[in-house]
Amino acid sequence: MSETVVIGVGNLDRGDDAAGRRVAAALRDTVPSGTLVMESDGDPAAIMDAWKGADRAVLVDAMVSGSPPGTVRRFDATTTPLPIAVHFVSSHGMGAAEAIEMARTLGRMPTRLLVYGIEGSRFRHGEPMSPSVNDAVEVARGMVMAEVAGVGD
Amino acid sequence: MPQASDGLRAIDVDYLARVEGEGSMKIRIRDGKAEITEFGIFEPPRFFEAFMRGRLHTEAPDITARICGICPIAYQMSSAHAMEQVMGITVGGQLRELRRLLYCGEWIESHVLHAAMLHAPDFLGYQSAIHMAADHRETVELVLRLKKIGNDLVTLLAGREIHPINVKVGGWYRAPSRRELDTIVDDLVWAKEASLALVQFAASLPMPELEQDYEFVSVCHPDEYPYNEGRIVSNKGLDIDVSEYLDTFEEIHVERSNALQSVIKGRGAYLVGPLARYSLNFEKLTPDARKAATDAGLGEVCRNPFQSIIVRAVETVYAVDEALRIIDQYETPAEPAVPYEVRAGVGHGATEAPRGTLYHRYEVGADGRIVDAHIMPPTAQNQQSIEADLLSVVNGALDLPDDELQWKLEQSIRNYDPCISCATHFLDLEVDRE
Repeated sequence: MSETVVIGVGNLDRGDDAAGRRVAAALRDTVPSGTLVMESDGDPAAIMDAWKGADRAVLVDAMVSGSPPGTVRRFDATTTPLPIAVHFVSSHGMGAAEAIEMARTLGRMPTRLLVYGIEGSRFRHGEPMSPSVNDAVEVARGMVMAEVAGVGD
Repeated sequence: MPQASDGLRAIDVDYLARVEGEGSMKIRIRDGKAEITEFGIFEPPRFFEAFMRGRLHTEAPDITARICGICPIAYQMSSAHAMEQVMGITVGGQLRELRRLLYCGEWIESHVLHAAMLHAPDFLGYQSAIHMAADHRETVELVLRLKKIGNDLVTLLAGREIHPINVKVGGWYRAPSRRELDTIVDDLVWAKEASLALVQFAASLPMPELEQDYEFVSVCHPDEYPYNEGRIVSNKGLDIDVSEYLDTFEEIHVERSNALQSVIKGRGAYLVGPLARYSLNFEKLTPDARKAATDAGLGEVCRNPFQSIIVRAVETVYAVDEALRIIDQYETPAEPAVPYEVRAGVGHGATEAPRGTLYHRYEVGADGRIVDAHIMPPTAQNQQSIEADLLSVVNGALDLPDDELQWKLEQSIRNYDPCISCATHFLDLEVDRE
């Protein structure tokens, strides 16, 4: 089992909802050994399976919190739910935030869970990512990279 | 609760629902009788019809698969069948069986997600599946694993679960080996028991009483419970070839809705989806699926829209049975696809998405490019039946406060498993009471 698993969540066809998966794709070949990178549409069972037995899971997803688009925020969800005012975008009801709380209810959390939210502004079918979110993907990639490499941990 | 200046009471809609597109409904109540003055729900395919014009016909299965993250296979299947009709080819034998197998995976994941995680909490009074999980842990664990087996089956065949890429016009890019399919058999054997347990769970839910005189419409095949192929049949005398779809059904604008509504020409509303499929094809279910239905208290025809949650579970049993049968009899085909010459023409495809009949029509030019695309998704076809259900529900619950009424209406709309039903609270409801 990998010590750390990075899960990029989202939908590539819905504008800024692609952000989490773009971060995962950018990280895929660059993370240190012992780190697994995967992409997900937010299916709770797949997410829980992905982090099963992991020391640390890092989940990256688009969010809507009222911050300027492109804002990247880090949350420690290990013991506390994500803030209610922050909505993680989901195409089908059962998204990342639901997966986390479902896992907490079922006792299937990883030892440590960190969530990176990237503020998005448009989520309609066929739209490209907004420029500020496109830039934020690189920012988030750097932050997650530092996280998994243990910088500042 | 906000008070609108015109005296209407507005009920908040969840912010996420706004992100995804929302349902809106206005009800006017006068003299103890309700009238729906506005009703509309989000329809994703419209953008894609325009987007496909000028694209190669071979792109249709991959492009339309992106319309819905839950039922991409349905979109692939209807588009592939329509294009194959244009090109004058038939996909048979093991290639056809593999497509049924792929559909089994989609039905399992979609039905389980909807029935157990999105709809069941409505019946039990929970805000969401997360709240339900605290009290029904075993059931939630079971359905999470069951849904994942559906996902895994789709991934095994289609290359990836989110936007499958292995289906092409004429068949497949690559056919799996027998050994690859065998890897999922143990999971499917487990899924059989789990799906039977899901039927029992669904049957145990407190069930609202409502009987509607629907005109059921579904694809009907002489020998099979319908997935990909057959005539379009109803319980009120309809029996047409798929190519006659637009001669029979039409989409109309009605003043109270911003979305198109489908009707049978000269007749009106009809119903597609699990209830229709089940009621028109009961005898084609596997013996175990039929027994599970009977044990759950269903007759051979089901007219209570709320019992669609039980029917979805029964169809999950069928999908697991069918998947096991196909894998058991599978032999790797010599070629993954049927060759064809590109030609101009018009093609029609209607297959059974988890939420109902999905019709595609394409006109293709001699250069193989799409001239025109027309998609009738199940939710649009069901709009008038949804409205009729909602009206019955409202008229039986006029005294309820708005929040309880909204709960009942959302539960009723979820009977149809529309895209927006995934949002926890998706209905922007206004009730005008005198």
